[in-house]
Amino acid sequence: MVDEVIKAENLTKVFNRSLVAVDHITLSVREGEVFGFLGPNGAGKTTTINMLITVLKPTEGTASVLGFDVVKQADNVRKVIGVVPQEYTADEDLTGYENIMLCADLYGIPRDVAKKRALELLELVELIDFKDRRVETYSGGMRRRLELACGLINRPKVLFLDEPTLGLDVQTRAATWEYIRRLKKEYGMTLFMTTHYLEEADALCDRIAIIDHGKIVVTGTPSELKDSLGGDIITLAIKENADVTGIIQSVENVKEVRKEDGSYRIKAVKGEITAPLIIEALLKKGFTVTRLSLTEPTLNEVYLEYTGRAIRDTEESRAEFMTRRIHLRRARQR
Amino acid sequence: MSSAESVNECHPSFVRGLWALTHRELKKWLNDPVMLVMFVLQPLIWMGLLGKSMNIGGLFSPNNINLPQQIPIPGTAILYPPNLPEVVLKGAALSQMIAQMGSKIMEDIFGVTDYFSFMAVGMISMIVVTTTMFSGMSIVWDRRLGFLDKVISTPVSRAAIIFSKILNATFRAMFQATVILALAYLLGLKLSPTFTPLNLLGVYAAIFLLAVGLSSVFIAFSIRSTRMERPMQFVSLITMPLMFASNTFFPTRLMPDWMQALATINPLTYLTDAMRHLTILPMDTATLIKDFTYLGLFAAVLATIGTVLAWKYLTR
Repeated sequence: MVDEVIKAENLTKVFNRSLVAVDHITLSVREGEVFGFLGPNGAGKTTTINMLITVLKPTEGTASVLGFDVVKQADNVRKVIGVVPQEYTADEDLTGYENIMLCADLYGIPRDVAKKRALELLELVELIDFKDRRVETYSGGMRRRLELACGLINRPKVLFLDEPTLGLDVQTRAATWEYIRRLKKEYGMTLFMTTHYLEEADALCDRIAIIDHGKIVVTGTPSELKDSLGGDIITLAIKENADVTGIIQSVENVKEVRKEDGSYRIKAVKGEITAPLIIEALLKKGFTVTRLSLTEPTLNEVYLEYTGRAIRDTEESRAEFMTRRIHLRRARQR
Repeated sequence: MSSAESVNECHPSFVRGLWALTHRELKKWLNDPVMLVMFVLQPLIWMGLLGKSMNIGGLFSPNNINLPQQIPIPGTAILYPPNLPEVVLKGAALSQMIAQMGSKIMEDIFGVTDYFSFMAVGMISMIVVTTTMFSGMSIVWDRRLGFLDKVISTPVSRAAIIFSKILNATFRAMFQATVILALAYLLGLKLSPTFTPLNLLGVYAAIFLLAVGLSSVFIAFSIRSTRMERPMQFVSLITMPLMFASNTFFPTRLMPDWMQALATINPLTYLTDAMRHLTILPMDTATLIKDFTYLGLFAAVLATIGTVLAWKYLTR
């Protein structure tokens, strides 16, 4: 019926009339796929999600979920989506079961259906033994699973996950993804997620969009994106303090050379053949190579290629900082 | 693909959403025994200490008027009958007379002879104000912890989100009022002969109206904040004038004109007045009609303004 489950056209959000958080982005997510939304802090990921889940009103542009407009038919959108927010939003003073039932009440799911489903979901995320304990006693991983269960109470067609593994340790992260995979298989949902863990995005996502400064810089499948880098990456450093960009550039198959912090980042086709040629060329001119590494492109490389290597010092208000701290503290709770 | 089926399954209703959200808040509150005890202790301490320490009625008690056994009054101070050399009054009788006059003065000013009863009812007003305001502010936490955004992303009625906060504030205020009234009775509150248990319904109605009005304003005020500091500051800024520029602790009649004018527009004056007439003072229908009309208008106007603002700011 609807091939494009999520569709955004020129979606824009401007805060306080000056801060452009999301800048005319256009994207479409197909039915049944896992769509990864990547980008540095403050790039506009959460703002985009918040517009798609009807929490924020777009300043400009349109978006629809399953054909429902996020502004004009917001109520219909709300009924068919599930949201697993970045924060732990479950009420600490209530039990896990009470929290799920609260969500069911908000969706207006018939009580008998809701009760049955709540238990099913708790079973699925392995919280059934803890269902009558207050959430404040839950660990970070348990809270995350509870959020997942709450987000699924209305059997959503589209599930939005905003950094679902932020602040979790490696084991819990792996387990969380396992649940997400299983849920997706079980319910055949379309998933829209953001994450900072690129290896996870690589393993899970069918397609990825990278957003930076409020704009989508590239979209594609993980392998398309890796191929788009045009080959392998050679990183090398020399002993001498001189610029050898020109020499490296002249070597066959070298596509691009960038100098970064005293080392060179070289894009080359067939890295394993090209690397020795570069060393040879440098040796001939009397330079000594002190370090060399060859990597096949990973999503990390793709990400850095499109968003740059500089560390982002994004502005963060005190309130946001405090919220993040509370959130991380809860995540680390054991 | 059956989006229609999914859409049909959810039947979000205002009542169910409202109840779920209000229930959540009340459960949070009732689940915390320490908070509950403090909730009860706070008015008890205020009432016990302030009400009993400011013993204005006691000023005129015969025990507190220490006159000598004999009080000589020189002839020069006596106008009639003329030419008396000196009169000696009996101290004990004089202090009795002063006490009687004192009672009369107390009754004229406060309506009752003991300040404690007067003040205990005022204390209910005060607690209603603080409880209402602080409960309204909890929306700041909901926003900060992401709970509010999650609720907004569900199809629950937007009005239910706002009214659940108002209801929660109102319920808490009514609960506290009951506790104070019961404690005050144990501590010696004197109910008027016109009091019947049915009057309590009137007390609740009055509290409900004020709490709805005040909490709407506070929710509208806090809904955009992501920090607790600003609403907190606002609460402490506004509670003092609300309490003192009213008849909560002292009758307005003895206040300077400008303060009386403030007290006349202060809704707290009407709440306190209505509650006093329902409990410690003889019931007066005309007064009650006036008080309830004002409180009703206050609630209707502020709840409308508050809800409109809150609605506007709910989705930014």
